[in-house]
Amino acid sequence: MIHYYKANCHSENLKLIREFVKIVLGNLHLTENNLNQLVLAVDEVCTNIIFHSANNNPNKTLEITIVENADSLEFEIIDRYSGQFNPIQALQVRPTLQNIIEERRKGGIGLLLVRNIMDEVEVSHENCQNIWRLRKMLKNEPYSHSA
Amino acid sequence: MQLREIEDGKYWIIEVAGDVDASSSIHLDKAIDNALNAGIQNILIDGTKIQYIASAGLGVFVSRIEEFKDNDVNFVIFGLNDRVKNVFQILGLDKLLRIVADFQQAKSV
Repeated sequence: MIHYYKANCHSENLKLIREFVKIVLGNLHLTENNLNQLVLAVDEVCTNIIFHSANNNPNKTLEITIVENADSLEFEIIDRYSGQFNPIQALQVRPTLQNIIEERRKGGIGLLLVRNIMDEVEVSHENCQNIWRLRKMLKNEPYSHSA
Repeated sequence: MQLREIEDGKYWIIEVAGDVDASSSIHLDKAIDNALNAGIQNILIDGTKIQYIASAGLGVFVSRIEEFKDNDVNFVIFGLNDRVKNVFQILGLDKLLRIVADFQQAKSV
């Protein structure tokens, strides 16, 4: 099954984005923690897009597609903006938590979370679009998925 | 997100409710800043009513771990539900921050 959502790039829409993911995944019998982690991963990518690519401009939009496969969930998140944010570079930089603590940074944790939650995280720039592709294997969570 | 700041003897309690995400975490950041600037040594975060936390919320705490050490600030988070605590556990932050079950434990840390 494929689910699609288009949101305006404003921080106040993050809650609506989370609700969308929560509703889509709500019938998969995931544990509450695992469901929340997947919602969080999508939220983090959308937060990066909204604040850094789209500069929190509600006239801009992002698109989320969730594909339910038998053994995995795929999340594709697309924006068409660059701002000063290069998502490909952002994903290549891999600070450790220790770096972040020592440098007393507030940022940098979001993509760490996404990498820890998802089994695959990719971002590409195709046809003037930034395309994030996240995949979560369901077979890795025998305790959480009974579908 | 809603915030309430309560003085309870030697403790400064910041009660946080709702979703702590990129759009709201700035207010929590400011509340902790105010407490630090006022020289408060015992800052307790009452997370009983936190429904959701994103990296922006975690960043508010993580960015100050060194500052808490430098200034001998006793910083404790209490009352997190399992779902929110699990977000701290993803990166091992539950080992780097003092997170306890309730107010009584927070006062005895």
